[in-house]
This record gives sequence, structure tokens and C-alpha cells, in this order.
Amino acid sequence: MSKIIPIGPYHPLQEEPELFKLYCEGEIVKDIKWETGYNHRGIEKLSQSRTFDQVFFLVERICGICSTSHPFAFANCMEEIAGIEVPDRAKYIRTIIAELERIHSHLLWVGLAGHFLGYNTVFMWAWKYREPVLDLFEMITGNRNSYAMFKIGGVRRDIENNKITRIKETLDLVKKKTDLLAGAVMDDPVIHARTKGVGILTKEDIVNYGAVGPVARASGVAIDVRHDDPYAAYPLVNWKVITAQSGDVFAKAEVRLLEMYESISIIDQCLARLKKEKEGETEIVVKEVPEGIGTGHAEAPRGEVFHFVKTDGSNYPVRHKIRAPSYVNIATFRKSCVGQTISDATLSLAAVDPCYCCTERMAYAFDVETGKKIYNGNELLALSQSKTEAIIKRIKTEL
Amino acid sequence: MTSEIENIKTRFGEGIFQVAVRNERRVTLTVDKEKIVDIAGYLYHEFHWRFIIASALESNKGIEIFYHFSNDSSGLILNLKVILDKEKTEIESLTCLFEASSWIEREMHEILGINFLHHPNLEKLISDGNWAEGVYPYRKEPS
Repeated sequence: MSKIIPIGPYHPLQEEPELFKLYCEGEIVKDIKWETGYNHRGIEKLSQSRTFDQVFFLVERICGICSTSHPFAFANCMEEIAGIEVPDRAKYIRTIIAELERIHSHLLWVGLAGHFLGYNTVFMWAWKYREPVLDLFEMITGNRNSYAMFKIGGVRRDIENNKITRIKETLDLVKKKTDLLAGAVMDDPVIHARTKGVGILTKEDIVNYGAVGPVARASGVAIDVRHDDPYAAYPLVNWKVITAQSGDVFAKAEVRLLEMYESISIIDQCLARLKKEKEGETEIVVKEVPEGIGTGHAEAPRGEVFHFVKTDGSNYPVRHKIRAPSYVNIATFRKSCVGQTISDATLSLAAVDPCYCCTERMAYAFDVETGKKIYNGNELLALSQSKTEAIIKRIKTEL
Repeated sequence: MTSEIENIKTRFGEGIFQVAVRNERRVTLTVDKEKIVDIAGYLYHEFHWRFIIASALESNKGIEIFYHFSNDSSGLILNLKVILDKEKTEIESLTCLFEASSWIEREMHEILGINFLHHPNLEKLISDGNWAEGVYPYRKEPS
């Protein structure tokens, strides 16, 4: 007899309000079903009534954590339709903003992953050292989030050369602390025992579901828009695509941690080039956008963001289709969760890094037959943490 | 034009109505809707191209669907465009090829009323129980 354990619609494990129903027999998840649409805001439809300049502010609000990835993809898309190339200085600035965002987004995930495992020290560290990155954003753009930096033809604000020293100092600090976090995660026998072999996605699963970003790269599928279809300053600097082979939760953590080093290196190189460019040359004037279709994509911290726009020569999009990375990554839960225990399923759900910009509420597990409540949200979390504690005890006795 | 595009043109001949090359990394093929599973299957199985997503819209010609594929080794985005008659908005589902098209087909069914034949579960994705039946918000004139 199977019991249904719902996670959501409002639950700390999730990017946005969604309802996952885990069909369990005993401790084992046998099937998973979901209901989406709790956070459907009609942004594609809204976009059709906004001018191209206004659309940037709209798409920036799709995601609170990676608020630059959607404007980036939209800019790529519109610049393809208009057939323009932005100045080099704007390319470097765009790249710096996108990579700073990747660093703070990955730090946020590492912290939350630590929390789900019951390692609250990792959570405190990661979020503490995310703060200086947000301070940098405040200095550069005026906002900690939703930076409003992008426009068709360039960027709205320059990064003046006198700010470069402070950016470099902060990056040095973040790099040192990343060493600390990477050491804490990669060398810890308990984290190895808790996350290795959990929530495995094979290469075939990734291809079948069309999964993207760190989820795909952790299963050995080396796709990264920055490398495959280079845009902005990515073809002008040296960096490499990070992959892992095992496809489990540990591999996803490994990919994200190592990607932070690449991001720091990309920003360093961009800052060095920025010094040589003339200050203030951050945009070109775009007089009109012709009729046509455009497809633009960008690599967000969670994977490929894809935008499709059809224009008719007016100032508004006729159709604007947006696909966020979690749209394809969430569907992989059917593969990563089925056959696991409930405590591992919660970890596998979190490992995809759905973003956490929405309200956190409680979830209840209930018995289908009697309607009696079994677990609430905190108890589900405690279940995951207690498994880690059991592993710690086991490892201690083995030693 | 890349050799793969030439290859597709040769193989599907009359099934390809129009080829629009924007640049070497952006190509749009207008194709016969009856051939969509064959062509998409060819891209997926032979070339190992990734299905990104599909976009649908209503125009004067009918309901247009763009299936976006990515060749991740060269950066090419190929759009397969099909045009459906407004009176008969039916097309074969691609879920027989890959899971990736499952959600987006449900979404297009919901917002534009396109019927995807042989989809295993063509339920509403976004608005389960919250929108009126037969009202499609992305149609120009709600039917």
C-alpha cells in the first residue's frame, strides 16, 4: 500500500511553489508526480505589452537569484535580430556581472545543501562570504539584486577603473573562502557517504530530459552555452568547462564548487582587459529593431536560459517565449528520486538547485487512507539530517 | 550552410518547404507538419542534437510552432517551423522521441489549444482547474 508524501506547494526545498507528490511504500519512493503553475505570472504575455527597453526590467524579475541571466539572453536575442555587436567594454562588463552572479548563486546553493545535510556551519560560512559579493553589486549597480545593467546595444552603467581594486580584493577573499568550503565539502567522509550514489542521473537521462547546466555537467555531458555558442567576452578569455562523471549529488556539488574558481578567473581576466579599454564606451545607439525572429541563450548559474522573440518592426515583441533551466531540470526528478528513500529524495530535489526566491512554508505528509498527518516540513528536514548523524556515528565506530 | 543542413535537405527533399539562414549558427527550416516526427527524430538520433524547447504563436498564416534544436558542438540553433491550420490545430507529439517535449506540449495545448496526437498525458500544466475550458489566452481572438 503506497502513501503519498506531498512536498509543497510552499516548501523550503523548492525554487517556486510547486507540489511534488512522492508515492512511497515504506521508506522507498516508488513514483513521483507534480503540479506546477502556482507561481505562473504570465510574463510572456505581459512582455507583449512592453517596449523592448521595458522588457529588460520585466524579465529581470523572473528569478531573484540569477536576475542577470534573463536580461542577458534577451539582449543576445534582440541583438541578433537587430544585427548589432556591442562595444568590447560592454562585453567585459556583462561578463563580470554574470560571473559575479554565478559565484553568489553557487555560494547560496552550497550553504543550503549544507543545511539540508545538517551541516549548519557550512550554511553559515557560505552565506557569510556571499555577502561581500552582494556588496560589490551594490557598489557597481546600486542594487544588491535586480541590477538593471542591460540594454539593447550595451550596458546602462560603466564599471569605472577606480572600482577595479576593490573588486579584486573581494575576489581574493572569496577565493580563499572557497578553498575553505571546497575543503570542508570535498574532504569530508560524512558528506561523501551521504551524497555519493544518491540521486544518480545517467548521460542517457540527461539527453532524454534535455537537462542543462551543472545538472548535465555532473553527469559527464559537457554542455555550456558560454563554450558552445560563445557570447559577450567568453571567447576572449581562458577558462574551461567543469564536468564530473558520477551524476550523483556529490558530483553536482563538486561541479558547482569548481565552477566558482573558473568564474573568479574569468572576472580577473575581464578586469585586466577593462583597464585597457576607454572608460564610458559602454553602448551603441540602436535606432530600430527590424521585423524578424531571434533566438538568444545564456548560461545562468542553473543552466541554459533560452529566449525566442518574434518582432514585426514595431517597438513591442509579437511573441516572447522564455525557457528557464529549471523547466527541464525539474522533470529529471522522476529519474533521480524514484527508488530512493524519502530522506534521499529530499536531497536529490535540492541538488538540482531550484531557486529559493519564494515564500517558505510548511509541508505535511499525510496518510492517504486516514488523512492523518505524518511529517511536517521541519520533520522531513530532520529526517534528512538524522541520516547524516547516523552516518557520522557509523564512521566514528569504524574508526 | 553547414553540411548537416544540406544533409537534412537531401534526405527530406519535399518535406522541407523553406530554408532561412541568418548566419552560420542560426538556421530556420519551414517543414511539412506531417514529417515533424521523422525530421526531429533524425536530428535527435543521427546528429545527437539537443531539443531546447518549442515556441508557439498565432499569426495570419495560422498557428506557428518553432521547435528549437541545439547542436552543442558547433553552437548552431536550428528552428524547425511548422504552420498549422487554425481550423485543424493538430500535430504529432514528439514525446515518442524524448521526454523533454512532454511539458512544453502540455503548455502549448493549454495556451493555444494545439492538440498533440499520441501524447501520453495531455493534461493542463499551468492552470489545472483555474481557467475556463476552450479559452486560449495566447490566441489573438479568444475562441
